[in-house]
Amino acid sequence: MKEKGWKDVPLGGLILEAGSAKEYLTGSWRTFRPVLDEKKCKHCLICWIYCPDSSIIVEDGKMKGFRYDYCKGCGICSTECPFKAIEMIEEAKYKAEKEGEK
Amino acid sequence: METIKAMTGDEIAAETIRQINPDVMAAYPITPQTEIVQIFSEFVANGLVDTEMVRVESEHSAMSACVGAASAGARAMTATSANGLALMWEIVYIAASLRLPIVMPVVNRALSGPINIHCDHSDSMGARDSGWIQLYSENCQEIYDNLIQAVRIAEDKSVLLPVMVTFDGFIISHGTERVKILEDEQVRKFIGKYNPRYPLLDIDNPVTYGPLDLFDYYFEHKRQQVEAMKNALDVIKKIGGEYTQLSGRSYELIEEFGSPDADLVVIAAGSTAGTVKGAIEELKEEGINAKLLKIRAFRPFPQDEIKQSLRKVAVVAVMDRSASFGAVGGPIFLEVRSALLDEERRIPVVNYIYGLGGRNIGIEDIKKVFQDLIQIRKTGKVKNLVNYLGVRE
Ligand code: SF4
Ligand code: SF4
Repeated sequence: MKEKGWKDVPLGGLILEAGSAKEYLTGSWRTFRPVLDEKKCKHCLICWIYCPDSSIIVEDGKMKGFRYDYCKGCGICSTECPFKAIEMIEEAKYKAEKEGEK
Repeated sequence: METIKAMTGDEIAAETIRQINPDVMAAYPITPQTEIVQIFSEFVANGLVDTEMVRVESEHSAMSACVGAASAGARAMTATSANGLALMWEIVYIAASLRLPIVMPVVNRALSGPINIHCDHSDSMGARDSGWIQLYSENCQEIYDNLIQAVRIAEDKSVLLPVMVTFDGFIISHGTERVKILEDEQVRKFIGKYNPRYPLLDIDNPVTYGPLDLFDYYFEHKRQQVEAMKNALDVIKKIGGEYTQLSGRSYELIEEFGSPDADLVVIAAGSTAGTVKGAIEELKEEGINAKLLKIRAFRPFPQDEIKQSLRKVAVVAVMDRSASFGAVGGPIFLEVRSALLDEERRIPVVNYIYGLGGRNIGIEDIKKVFQDLIQIRKTGKVKNLVNYLGVRE
């Protein structure tokens, strides 16, 4: 998203339309990344209920992963999952592992 | 038809708020502002206004209620003094940054401690960087006129900033003076109906007030506030002109008094401007030509008008009724001096800190200042850049 100059942003920091948080990618704040173990997941969707950032992707009633553009890595989903299906992995380690696979 | 009444500063402030008839008044009493709230409460109780009076438990709540009301789309007002202003501090900044056109009389009183209830400008001067427009009133008539104009200035689409209308505690707030009062209808027609830009109560057009604003946009919003203050310079002049049409009394960013070609100038804000006028009249009889430059608007600071007014003068004294501890001088002095810095001709400017905690200042004191200026004009030498007028050594 291109950031607007002072002449173009609404006065006083007001937000004039709904849903604008969608344009604000908060995924970069993350230190720990939730990673799903599909074998353990029972699709109970408790993670979806708890996630404060609507970052659990659900399709046809099934847990399908995370919206990493918005997931801040708070770890609530991992803590609340009754089946220990979500592991929080340090982003730096995760990236290093990915690099290693290449 | 205007009527003429004898009223104290607080009485006329309450009467003006009655004529403005704001949607919401949220206020907490504090000396020497108390009578404004007390008298206005009577107006509410007697059904003379449509105002929703919110009796809050502190000034922090008073300003918070005003912010809530103004965001909802109401014309909101409060009034305070000294420690009350200090207590509402956090929300004072929020009101300005949310661009809410709240109007607030500030009855100038010394900030504690040691505890003191009398006049100085330490309260409003401390708020000079809060983003509020500040109009200083010399007397009761100016309280009336400034408050009415403040509503229009605050609500102007190119401004949208809150306005403080200040006047000196006890000296003016409790001093009875002659005031010319317009008819209610004239005032209401002049201020017009308030059309809020983004009222929260407009549920068909929902907006969010006060979201998080970090390093990526906060700076842009501050830049907008800078621009609004700049716009306010013209708006204050424009509305002053319209008000002159209505009342016959003229209002600019600054006021000059005395011989236009006098080269000795004293700069003052608030009731001391009246004392300076008295001194100038006496000096005239003694054959000395002198001039007053009264600061009406301190925020925005009328730099160009001040430069223009001082271009041909020999020497300037700035009267500050507050100290800026650790700074080179008082707040008005610092800004006047910096405004004159890029002038080709160097004009000596000296500072007099005076009247702290209500220490009296009279015509004789001002004449002494003019005598100092005469010395500087003669010798070209400034002995003391900052002077403490009326303090015991
Ligand atoms: S809480 Fe655990 S088991 Fe339930 S859907 Fe989420 S990841 Fe799967
Ligand atoms: S880590 Fe936090 S933000 Fe990310 S998906 Fe889990 S609950 Fe949502």
